[in-house]
Amino acid sequence: MCNNEFQTLKEKSRYIRRLTVDSIGKLGVGHLGGCLSVIEALVVLYYKEMNIDPKNPNMESRDRFVLSKGHAGPALYSVLADKGYFDISELDTLNRPETKLPSHCDMLRTKGVDMTAGSLGQGISCAAGMAKASKIKRDNANIYCIIGDGESQEGQVWEAAMMAAHFKLNNLIVFTDYNKLQIDGTVEEILGLGELDKKWEAFGWNVINIADGHDEAQIYDAIQQAKKSQSKPTMILLNTIKGNGVSFVEAMGAGNHNMPISEEQRIQALKELE
Amino acid sequence: MYENVEMRQVLADTISFLMERDERIIVIDADLAKANGTLALRNKFPERAFDVGIAEQNMASVAAGMAAYGFIPFIGSFTAFATRRICDQIAISLAYAKRNVKIIGSDPGISAELNGGTHMSMEDIGVLRSIPGVVIFEPADAVQLAKALPKIVEYDGVVYIRLYRKPAAVIFNDDYEFDLFKADVIKEGSNISIFATGIMVEEALQADEILKAEGIEAEIINIHTIKPIDKDAVLKSARKTGAVVVCENHNIIGGLKSAVAEVLSEEYPVPIKSIGVKDHFGEVAKMDYLKNKYHMTAEDIAAAAKDAINMKR
Ligand SMILES: Cc1ncc(C[n+]2csc(CCOP(=O)(O)OP(=O)(O)O)c2C)c(N)n1
Ligand SMILES: [Mg+2]
Repeated sequence: MCNNEFQTLKEKSRYIRRLTVDSIGKLGVGHLGGCLSVIEALVVLYYKEMNIDPKNPNMESRDRFVLSKGHAGPALYSVLADKGYFDISELDTLNRPETKLPSHCDMLRTKGVDMTAGSLGQGISCAAGMAKASKIKRDNANIYCIIGDGESQEGQVWEAAMMAAHFKLNNLIVFTDYNKLQIDGTVEEILGLGELDKKWEAFGWNVINIADGHDEAQIYDAIQQAKKSQSKPTMILLNTIKGNGVSFVEAMGAGNHNMPISEEQRIQALKELE
Repeated sequence: MYENVEMRQVLADTISFLMERDERIIVIDADLAKANGTLALRNKFPERAFDVGIAEQNMASVAAGMAAYGFIPFIGSFTAFATRRICDQIAISLAYAKRNVKIIGSDPGISAELNGGTHMSMEDIGVLRSIPGVVIFEPADAVQLAKALPKIVEYDGVVYIRLYRKPAAVIFNDDYEFDLFKADVIKEGSNISIFATGIMVEEALQADEILKAEGIEAEIINIHTIKPIDKDAVLKSARKTGAVVVCENHNIIGGLKSAVAEVLSEEYPVPIKSIGVKDHFGEVAKMDYLKNKYHMTAEDIAAAAKDAINMKR
């Protein structure tokens, strides 16, 4: 990726971060921390990588994306709105009665959302199912998915891991949002993941560890590498910061999972993101 | 005494009190200890209160193992993940193996509010009711919860506590006498029986005011233990009034309505009207909005009561 393009993506990430803080802020409560840690991955996927058409959300053989940590829905909605799947003004309906944008991703309500999620651990299996389906159809689609590090404590994640390796689903590219935090504390103190890269390797995956999960260039390069995998699914470990980009959110640590946000805080956050 | 106290605070305080006196009690959470109020127990009981991470299935069977060692574990999550997610573990490790484990599920039904459809358990009572030996308890207020917890510990077996975790309306006063297996007749009446559980008790009491103004005498009964249901209380009231309304924050299929209908259809069939979620999933919104949308308000209960009375033969 050339420098210019890289700069454009950086600006895009900043903009998506603003939209996300704004929509959650206007509501006054939401999963801010976990939304802010996946922005760059979403931006690289949706603005650079994925074969999709916002005018034809159900295009056959499109690439798909499953947000397994479904509580980060508001970040994805900001991207989808900006891509033109629906009007940007819809972001202000987030989590209000009769909204098409509920806190957790819902494929029946939101244009552009490929899979419903919210019960942790299920999304990655759904993504593995899509990857298997794509192999049968031979449509050459890539299936992308983001799971949480806390979510990785669910046994189902490792059932999916085994299955995807067994069926050689090299068209499956999963990211772990490795922000080291969950709700009740740090992942390390709640239920440590140990050497996560080695775990995925031992499960038969191609593993790429990214030092800065908020760096679009590193994410992009990792995806290019993943697409070269001949037989293994790929796990890209994104070292991220929960609440990244907004200092007071970041400073809250595990307290930023599902947090209230005041009007003053919303304005302060937007200022920081100018 | 418990006005404006969060139910989860009462839960944690009472469990803490019980843990001081009974070393067998263990509290296990799956990354929702903050949400359920049980996080602070870890400071006081560092060995006996802990988290197993976001792994509810493992949590349930771990608890069964500890119970096999003589402990009395409480396990906790949101209702959706404390029941349907771990249904087989509850059936086999807990119920079939007859292990003394207590399950805390918070945010039942529409009370999951902004967490939306994925987190709204409309089926948890139905799912667990069909597993033999599982006691299902849903407190109507903080007094009832505080009085119930020692009895739940005393009872040897699987108990599911379906917990609204925010401040609940005050229904009972301090001299309330609790029996885990007996329903509470909150108010006697002769024209219609209104059976209610959990957050719907408050609505039922408001419906009573509406009906009273129209000269209808309602009998209001709180069924806090949905399984095993207090058959005698259900039959006695239905024999007296001849018509029934059942109110629950749950799918009208499989929950309290079904439990009441099962009793009455065998021994004393009368008209029964349902107030609850009419077999659909939930969605994001505050409780008041959803109560209106799903026809679960006091007005809806009063209207259903009149319908049921009109159906009497
Ligand atoms: C099966 C299941 N159990 C529990 C929850 C409640 N919950 C929602 S998010 C969350 C913590 C997630 O932590 P992590 O995966 O690290 O997400 P992130 O830090 O990226 O927000 C929990 C416990 C859930 N949604 N699903
Ligand atoms: Mg995390």
